[in-house]
Amino acid sequence: MTMPAAVRRKGWSRKQKRLAIIAGLAVVLALATTLVLVALRDQIVFFYSPSDVVAREVAPGQAIRLGGLVKDGTWQRDGQDNTFVVTDGRTDVVARYTGILPDLFREGQGVVAEGSLTPEGGFIASNVLAKHDENYVPKEVVEALKASGEWRPETAGSN
Amino acid sequence: MSIELGHFALILAFAIASVSVLGGYAFWRSGERIALFLAQGAVLQFVLVAVAFAALIQAFVVSDFSLALAVNNSHSLKPLIFKISGVWGNHEGSMVLWILILVAFGAMVASFGRRLPSDLLALVLTTQSLLVAAFAGFTLFTSNPFARMVPAPLEGNDLNPVLQDIGLAIHPPLLYAGYVGFSICFSFAIAALISGRIDQAWARWVRPWTMLSWTFLTLGIAMGSYWAYYELGWGGWWFWDPVENASFMPWLAGTALLHSALVMEKRNALKIWTIFLAIITFSLSLLGTFLVRSGILTSVHTFASDPTRGLVILSLLALVIGGAFLLFAMRASSLRSGGLFAPVSREGALVLNNLFLATATGAVLVGTLYPLVLDALVGTTISVGAPFFDLTFGALMAPLLLVLPFGPLLAWKRADVVAAAQRLLFAAALAIFLTILISALGGVSISLAPIGLLLGFWVAFGSVAELIDRSKLGRIPLADSWRRLVGLPRTIWSTAIAHFGVGVTVLGIVATTAWETELVTTLNPGETTELSGYVLTFDSFEQVPGANFIAEQGHFTITAPGGGTRPMVAERRTYVASGMPTTEAAIETYGLSQLYLQLGEPLENTHVVRVWHKPYITLIWLGAILMAGAGVLSLTDRRRRVGAPQRAAKPIAEPAE
Repeated sequence: MTMPAAVRRKGWSRKQKRLAIIAGLAVVLALATTLVLVALRDQIVFFYSPSDVVAREVAPGQAIRLGGLVKDGTWQRDGQDNTFVVTDGRTDVVARYTGILPDLFREGQGVVAEGSLTPEGGFIASNVLAKHDENYVPKEVVEALKASGEWRPETAGSN
Repeated sequence: MSIELGHFALILAFAIASVSVLGGYAFWRSGERIALFLAQGAVLQFVLVAVAFAALIQAFVVSDFSLALAVNNSHSLKPLIFKISGVWGNHEGSMVLWILILVAFGAMVASFGRRLPSDLLALVLTTQSLLVAAFAGFTLFTSNPFARMVPAPLEGNDLNPVLQDIGLAIHPPLLYAGYVGFSICFSFAIAALISGRIDQAWARWVRPWTMLSWTFLTLGIAMGSYWAYYELGWGGWWFWDPVENASFMPWLAGTALLHSALVMEKRNALKIWTIFLAIITFSLSLLGTFLVRSGILTSVHTFASDPTRGLVILSLLALVIGGAFLLFAMRASSLRSGGLFAPVSREGALVLNNLFLATATGAVLVGTLYPLVLDALVGTTISVGAPFFDLTFGALMAPLLLVLPFGPLLAWKRADVVAAAQRLLFAAALAIFLTILISALGGVSISLAPIGLLLGFWVAFGSVAELIDRSKLGRIPLADSWRRLVGLPRTIWSTAIAHFGVGVTVLGIVATTAWETELVTTLNPGETTELSGYVLTFDSFEQVPGANFIAEQGHFTITAPGGGTRPMVAERRTYVASGMPTTEAAIETYGLSQLYLQLGEPLENTHVVRVWHKPYITLIWLGAILMAGAGVLSLTDRRRRVGAPQRAAKPIAEPAE
């Protein structure tokens, strides 16, 4: 099936057999490496804080993860449509999400949203990542908050 | 008092393990006496760690809140089963469970291993003791589970509600039994490298342990997947989360090991590779348990841990894994390889299996660690998500599945691929026919669905082909066929069932991915909505008190497309002690498919519901159960039973399996 040339011929020498196997290994490994590299180039998602989004001029439509705190008093719900502001203390981004938010989604707490920017500068979330513990703030969010000087461990809990 | 007793027992186990390590490596050549001494030590370690573990359980059961661990993870109102499982629902307790399983495997080798050559047994038990000493030491010095809290509070802080589930009672012990079981293969590999003696008898010894661990790991992963599916309420069964990958990598490597050890046992070939795989598999298990715990990866499994502890864990990992590979590099060349074979042969097929599984393991490893490496080197935070893994893993699995049915039909040494293909003709035809039929009837929403279906059916039918072939079904009277079928060696049955299980899982994955339907809508009591022919009526919404939580329940009535109604109850719970909410999705099984209903947080008396119809999703886990069942079946084979291997090679009367 995979080594058709080897089927009918008899009397391969030890060297030839070993070569055939090593060649097969090399081909599969080379293909796999290529595949992994291509996938790594195309399929990774960058994590940005709201300030990063502005500073790096992230292109609309590009899949990113947006992380920060849900700004107090900004979460609005209309049926399954949610709007909230993700902030790192310096920059705000308005995010929209349709669906049921995770149980621990709360104003003033950390959030990571997957999605992309709209041309108007808003953010459409396709997925809001759930947290598993009320004290848990995603590591990336902690880093982003520290970077903007907004990190307050006593209120945000421990990582 | 019992707490101190437990603490003391763990310290004693640590001491015995340490002494065993020193004595074992110094005197392993000294024959029966040292092996006997180490075997007794291994059993003693097990008894002591069991006492330590029992002390923790007792403290949790009676809600002894002078124990800090119980304060942080228990609550007097918690149901008994969750009090017990709460013992390992945290870092310290889970370490003790890990060590308990480690010493249990050590004690099993000590009790069943009397027939092993004494030097091999001594080295295996010594290496096992080394692991016990390392991890018991780590637990005692950095994460003592027996720490007291003074003054003792009246009530505990309760366990994370997500973990208050029967899943916690089942998933970690199974998974750990899988992870830790591979330590035996690791110890055997180290023993082989040190003693420089490795033969078919070695492989015959290692294979049952591999099979046992692999069976546990298969069940553990399947259980974890189902738990995440019903408890987290996201409706997904696999997320390519680093933690899931961490358990999946040892499974892939372990599957490869299972197959390469077969080649070694039957044909005395692939020795160095098998040793390498044994080391890799356990290294990945360690990585799985501890990379997740070190706090480097953030996930549900990261129990709040301080960075110093993570550093100790990683150094310990580096030491164990690095040491093993150093030994491997030094000694591997001295192992003589044997057993020639043509590229097209059973061995060739198994090499191919190993190649794809190992490469897939590598791809998953790269995807899991790449964000860490990039973060450390460049400081860019990225995530490698499902698309990466779907692409790379899928592309590597497709050829593996394509050649899988050929493997068991090929002869050892040199095989005729055309003859094998002829025996698979019927399976191929049936797979193609069903794929076309289903694609035509079901509509194809994603372009890869027919390929996936074809592969799934092909593997499922192709795996049964050998059974049908050997029973001469249709060529001799039915009763004779049946007799032949029943009389087949259990290893043949287990191979067929395990491969069939792979096909079933593939079919489940493809069907769910291709034909899943989802609906998010506003729905209030009295209203009705519809999804994939199922009519949902929201009957009522009420508050119900639970044991240690208050539940908001939505009662629904489902009318199936074929008629008949069933009730469904979706819940949102708020836990009294922590104030944490959780979602308890309602799941109703129709045949092999499931309806999955999640209730959102109500807002001014409007409710949002999210409903999925997941066609044939149960096949995913049924396939895994079949694989694990096949593992158990093969362990019951007389020739492979743990502890009863024949030492001499058996050249005659061995059916080519």
